[in-house]
Amino acid sequence: MALLALFSSATFAFEEGLALSESSWEEKAEWIETLSKDTTDEAEQILQHWVGGNLFYWPAENRLVAGTKEGRKYELREIIGGLVINVVKRKAVKKIKVNNKLRRQIKQALAYRSLSSPDASKRLKAITELKRKPDYSLLQTLLRLEVANPDLTTARDLRSLVGLGYLESSRSTEQIEGIKRLTGNLSSEAKEGLSRLLLREDLTSDVRALGQRTIKDIEKKLLYWGHAQNIVFGVSLGSILLLAAVGLAITFGVMGVINMAHGEFIMLGAYTTFVVQQIIPGNSATALLVSIPAAFMIAGAAGILLEKSVIRHLYGRPLETLLATVGVSLLLQQMVRSIFGPLNQAVTSPEILSGSFVVNAAFAITYNRVFVIIFAALVIVGLWLLMYRTSFGVRLRAVTMNRGMAASMGIRSQRMDALAFGLGSGVAGIAGVAISQLTNVGPNLGQAYIVDSFMVVVFGGVGNLFGTAIAAIGLGVATKIVEPIIGAVLAKIVILIFIILFIQRRPRGLFALRGRSVEE
Amino acid sequence: MDQLFRKLTLAFVIVVVLYVFINNILFPVSVGLGLDSCALTLSGKYLCFAILALALDAVWGYCGILSLGHGAFFALGGYAMGMYLMRQIGDRGVYGDPLLPDFMVFLNWTELPWFWTGFDQPWFAALMVIMVPGLLAFFFGWFAFRSRVSGVYLSIITQALTYALMLAFFRNEMGFGGNNGLTDFKDILGYPISAESTRASLMILSGLALIFFLIFTSWAMRTKFGRVLLAIRDSEDRARFLGYRVESYKLFIFVLSATMAGIAGALYVPQIGIINPGEFSPLNSIEIVVWVAVGGRGSLYGAALGAVVVNLAKTYFTGAYPDAWLYFLGSLFVLSTIFMPRGIVGILQDSLHWLLPQKSRYRRKSSP
Repeated sequence: MALLALFSSATFAFEEGLALSESSWEEKAEWIETLSKDTTDEAEQILQHWVGGNLFYWPAENRLVAGTKEGRKYELREIIGGLVINVVKRKAVKKIKVNNKLRRQIKQALAYRSLSSPDASKRLKAITELKRKPDYSLLQTLLRLEVANPDLTTARDLRSLVGLGYLESSRSTEQIEGIKRLTGNLSSEAKEGLSRLLLREDLTSDVRALGQRTIKDIEKKLLYWGHAQNIVFGVSLGSILLLAAVGLAITFGVMGVINMAHGEFIMLGAYTTFVVQQIIPGNSATALLVSIPAAFMIAGAAGILLEKSVIRHLYGRPLETLLATVGVSLLLQQMVRSIFGPLNQAVTSPEILSGSFVVNAAFAITYNRVFVIIFAALVIVGLWLLMYRTSFGVRLRAVTMNRGMAASMGIRSQRMDALAFGLGSGVAGIAGVAISQLTNVGPNLGQAYIVDSFMVVVFGGVGNLFGTAIAAIGLGVATKIVEPIIGAVLAKIVILIFIILFIQRRPRGLFALRGRSVEE
Repeated sequence: MDQLFRKLTLAFVIVVVLYVFINNILFPVSVGLGLDSCALTLSGKYLCFAILALALDAVWGYCGILSLGHGAFFALGGYAMGMYLMRQIGDRGVYGDPLLPDFMVFLNWTELPWFWTGFDQPWFAALMVIMVPGLLAFFFGWFAFRSRVSGVYLSIITQALTYALMLAFFRNEMGFGGNNGLTDFKDILGYPISAESTRASLMILSGLALIFFLIFTSWAMRTKFGRVLLAIRDSEDRARFLGYRVESYKLFIFVLSATMAGIAGALYVPQIGIINPGEFSPLNSIEIVVWVAVGGRGSLYGAALGAVVVNLAKTYFTGAYPDAWLYFLGSLFVLSTIFMPRGIVGILQDSLHWLLPQKSRYRRKSSP
């Protein structure tokens, strides 16, 4: 086989091309064997053209070319790159023939090549292609790969591919082997493959029974994982609610006034992230880290300014305070609209936060959700330490519980008001940073969170960090559990109605602070 | 002094209404003398808003219940009227279905939902204009006041109420036209709705309704009932300890106010020609509060005046400087609460006192 050596050369203009076109099936099989061991791109291209029936021997230049029929003539192309060389008559070229056996052999060789390719994207492409169209003839190849391949990322896929291949068999022992391999496999193609198997007429009764049992088991597991997924989504939604609401819980708790501009402080935080990202372009991770303190400072400063300029003058008139802060919220919205324009701005997430954590086919969490959950937990722990482990916290809680008594103990309650307002608004700003990682940043961003935040505060009980956290997570999880059943909008309505009814029963929330005034 | 002010306002409203009446109904040909069509619609709209402001002032200014959801009652009244008007279209819609409104044909519905039955009868629609907001207010208030939800808590749950209703009405499946709401009305009680004379009549009807409600509420507030409401506003616990059933009083005025808002909505819809879920938006309800705050809460005439003044400003600003409107509205919220807690009426009264010093019978409290 003198020809074989020529395959390893890059030119492929082998002298005895004529011989290839006239060789026997057995000889061709050997060539395929050799080509499949050749790791060059050229070898793969030759195989591709061959299996497609497009490989020709061109005696005029004495080399192999790819050809396609154009009318009565043949268009000849380079095997590599597909550049058109010539257009010739039928007689001028000689087709390298292929039969079913060879076609199978080439397909296996190609599958082996792509599945064991060092290029991950190529591997993935081959895997998804095979998952879509399971092929029994490739089974042996897959089994060989399974033994040879130590790469864990494709091991799971290989296992289900082998299982799917077995299912296509007509022997019941192999079918059972396939079902066994697919047991507990939650991917949609495993389920499809099994249901396809069960549709077949020629199954033995124990294969059918096993198949049905397995598919039922898969469905049950899918349901569980689906619930787990919903709960994690709920916790992540709850974390956002918590971040948005906890600042409000502080200001409402301490001063008993509702800050309707709270949502706009969240928006300020989100826009701070956007601006910081414009200042530090290209490095979104650093920008994110910088924007956390920046957002705290800006929103906090805005909060203190609001307290000193407006809220202080309306002391003891909670309803008027509410109205005045509505005005402030409109002013802030319009201001942002004037500066940044009415359109949404996109904040890019750092590289680390893109992608998702995949447990199995039915359970995957994007990293930015994980980030929000951890971030919310850190903020809550930080606030807890501040409220329960520092003298500032003690004074703040004292003012929350009984302003007059605290003042007579020497706590400067007015100063505490301003500081509490700054703290609450600053936390809102931080919430804005987290929210900017999940959605677009626009002037109406705050509006979306204001009603929800109040619901959380009121539900959890005013002035109670723990209650706020429980309420936020609870509402988030409840929303995500109800959502798949009745849809997002109805879920929101149901939750709102639930809270309205709940407030009627327990007007002071889940965990009420004990007080001694007449109103309680 | 107060009496004088009342009479002046009343006279003013009556003169405006009569002026329009004479120009548009008696001499419809003399278009040059009368209000043009746009001004007609606008003044009709303002009169409806004035009724709405009056309704809110009755609960907020006199009973201390700050409802951030009055827009919901207004919109519900409007929807009840809109449903009647939709049924009046009959087979003149785009799809020509004799029974179903266009949007239902568009959704491939084959029969009228049960809650649309009866709305082809004007008396039934009129009843619903009062009943739907009234019943909602009754159940909502019954739960809320009985469990003593008050102050900012009540404000927030009223806002949640209107927010939830907005979300619900935005859904196509609700059967109220979804996003687009109800529109393309043809006629009302047999009169073409876009005719000048019909619109003038509707505007006059709104004016008469405003006058009626002004007289009615100011009478009600001078009765013992009104005095108890004031007592509740100024010190709810004291009123309760004196033996008054605070919840019942609050519930009564809340329901009354909701029906007034519903009637305002029902008058508003045929004049504007559309009702959509945007009317439920929380910001709309908050705007109503600002009308009352600017006009002067605790003064019924002030509330009506505030509605007209703020909306005149809105019409002007959104036309002349569209970007400035929210700045203006926002500043209005802040400045009116800090610097003029008694609104325009308060300023007028103070300046009158300053100009013509006289003994006042009592000084109104500046705030509860």
